[in-house]
Amino acid sequence: MEETMIEEGESNREGGGGEVSPALIAVHPLEKSVAVAIGSELRVFDLIEDCSSSLVDGSGGPLHSDSIRAICFGANGRLFASAGDDKLVKVWTTNPWQCVRTVIAEKRVSAVAISHDGLFVSFADKFGVVWVTGTDGDHEIKEKASPIFGHYCSIITSLEFSPDGRFIVSADRDFKIRVTVFPKNPFSGAHEIQSFCLGHTEFVSCLSFVCTQEHPQGFLLSGSGDSTVRLWDVTAGSLLDTCEVGSKAGLSECDGEEENVYSAITDICTSADGSVVAVGIQSLHGVVLLSCDLSARTLSVIKVVSMGETFVPTSLGMSSSAERLWMVTGASNLPVCPSFTHVRVISGLKKCGSDSSDHEPAVVEENEIPGGIKLLEKLQGSGSNAKEDDLLAVAEAVKAAMRNQLIKRQYSVEKRELRKKRRNDRKIKR
Amino acid sequence: MSENKKVKTKANNSNGLPRKRFYRARAHSNPLSDSHFPVPIAPSHVDYSLHYPHYFHPDTTTDDNGVSTFIPCKTRSKKIQFADIGCGFGGLLISLSTLFPETLMIGMEIRDKVTEYVKERILALREANPGQYQNASVVRTNSMKYIPNYFEKGQLSKMFFLFPDPHFKEKNHRRRVISPHLLDEYAYTLQVGGIIYTITDVEELGEWMKDCLEDHPLFEAISKEEFAADPVVKLLSSATEEGQKVARNDGQTFTAVYRRISLVATDLGIHEV
Ligand SMILES: C[S@@+](CC[C@H](N)C(=O)[O-])C[C@H]1O[C@@H](n2cnc3c(N)ncnc32)[C@H](O)[C@@H]1O
Repeated sequence: MEETMIEEGESNREGGGGEVSPALIAVHPLEKSVAVAIGSELRVFDLIEDCSSSLVDGSGGPLHSDSIRAICFGANGRLFASAGDDKLVKVWTTNPWQCVRTVIAEKRVSAVAISHDGLFVSFADKFGVVWVTGTDGDHEIKEKASPIFGHYCSIITSLEFSPDGRFIVSADRDFKIRVTVFPKNPFSGAHEIQSFCLGHTEFVSCLSFVCTQEHPQGFLLSGSGDSTVRLWDVTAGSLLDTCEVGSKAGLSECDGEEENVYSAITDICTSADGSVVAVGIQSLHGVVLLSCDLSARTLSVIKVVSMGETFVPTSLGMSSSAERLWMVTGASNLPVCPSFTHVRVISGLKKCGSDSSDHEPAVVEENEIPGGIKLLEKLQGSGSNAKEDDLLAVAEAVKAAMRNQLIKRQYSVEKRELRKKRRNDRKIKR
Repeated sequence: MSENKKVKTKANNSNGLPRKRFYRARAHSNPLSDSHFPVPIAPSHVDYSLHYPHYFHPDTTTDDNGVSTFIPCKTRSKKIQFADIGCGFGGLLISLSTLFPETLMIGMEIRDKVTEYVKERILALREANPGQYQNASVVRTNSMKYIPNYFEKGQLSKMFFLFPDPHFKEKNHRRRVISPHLLDEYAYTLQVGGIIYTITDVEELGEWMKDCLEDHPLFEAISKEEFAADPVVKLLSSATEEGQKVARNDGQTFTAVYRRISLVATDLGIHEV
């Protein structure tokens, strides 16, 4: 029976084994450390001590045993959270790296966020329910989370707290972004919806806030399967600007076999003030840099940075100063190899918006990356000497996985009937 | 499956009204399954001219090649104010339409054939009664997913949930149209002071709906006096097809009518720990 409850994206798991899951990267806000998640593995390199961090689990909970789907640092970098397909949400302190809490969710977890005051961790499950748990150790509700709101039966792809802490923002596969007032005591629910930001014409894949002193409430950026990045005023739920990143980056909107396949935006990463916005997009071997003018409320493409090699980032990370852009490409459960991770860094981002054009953004040589070869060995793990073909395979596999999960298939009537029948067959067999 | 068959003779020869038996459909739809109908990107994209041609001109521009495109509408003279969620065969809309002749109202229904029936029914009534029923319409959609696509914040003044599907089993409670999480969306859509009307003949569901509303910080029960004075309350049990069926069988009904209230800022979230 459970089958009928589950949405298409969810029920499309091929039997056994895990799904292809993209590699993720997160950078400490002060660039004290860099974390990469690949499959069930979390790898951390400490840039202050210049060595890899060993992760200690003091929570007594189980370790991640299936693909990690979301990682993030808290605002000041003191806390870190990881969560995924094993239904575990783990909260870590970062100095030293130690898991201080493990929450067992009811469903697989698709997104996680830490409130800016560090008091709460919020996460979303595959049924579209958003939960909250306290990070404060003395809470009675220690191993438990409370449901606070829900997107009815949609997959939530991203969760973010607004810079002023007033709102929690959630994005889903049904093209929606919901802005919810985050109450002082969230455990009895977040009932007041401030706005919906509607305008995307495909699933929303990523969210990121930017703010300045003049605009402390911040503005929201969102990326989508419709190949655009949009700028929103979340208080009013109004669309301020739309940037057609896909076409600006010269990516065709047809991939031959299927019509109208847009290159989905995979990740957005911003400097705190919005002067640098890095965007990852399927099929692009590099990133697109945008600039966000908060007074004019506009978004514009400044540059497409090409990698000069086969490298389609699956995730982006940046410290708050935005000196460097950290990128990872890779995936677990690949047909070609069990897992694969590549890390690259681009520097000179800050300069590129300004007049002095002597410093162009450039890919940093391996030995000049902070942490150097040691860092790469840690974060990339074994199997980093992949061939061109493997890199292409990764990009294709990740793209297919994202499509499978987030795009709604249009079934013909016959196919639908067939699917229903099959479902019933399965039920009878049990 | 039976859904795909009969679509032909819809009108009843004597009075021009569509006959219900041609629109019979599966009793229940799974609200969790994916959509196969168009969904407006945002409320400004709802084409009012299709629903209320008497009040609105088509929101389109036609280019040189004769291709017309829809223009999202930011400022409307009039907006939909009543929504009948899971409107079934539309009996409530028909009654409300003449009771509130200047108010735009819409029924939301997930079953395709049932929606078609209501459409035909309204068109036939408009034809038979010139100038009337221009304010009522219906749309096929999953209300549990797409309400924010149809209505802006605080747009509605009344929402109706009459005889919703009971979904008895505990694990199916999440399919109920009244639930703690969905009430957040209804509260968003209703203006402060707006009213939510619910009625059922299933006692357990009646309790459930009442409890959900009672526990929600943005709703409060309307007073006895108000309940007695509201002309709409009487329609709840009598206007719809389901209500009439229950009445024929002398069934009991359970009604809950609540008002959308606002939260004082200091109240936010400090309801019980
Ligand atoms: C028992 S009937 C009641 C119909 C009508 N309100 C009446 O009183 O006669 C419930 C109706 O809700 C519709 N429905 C169920 N779930 C729905 C959903 N998620 N969105 C829109 N309509 C839905 C069903 O198709 C059905 O027509």
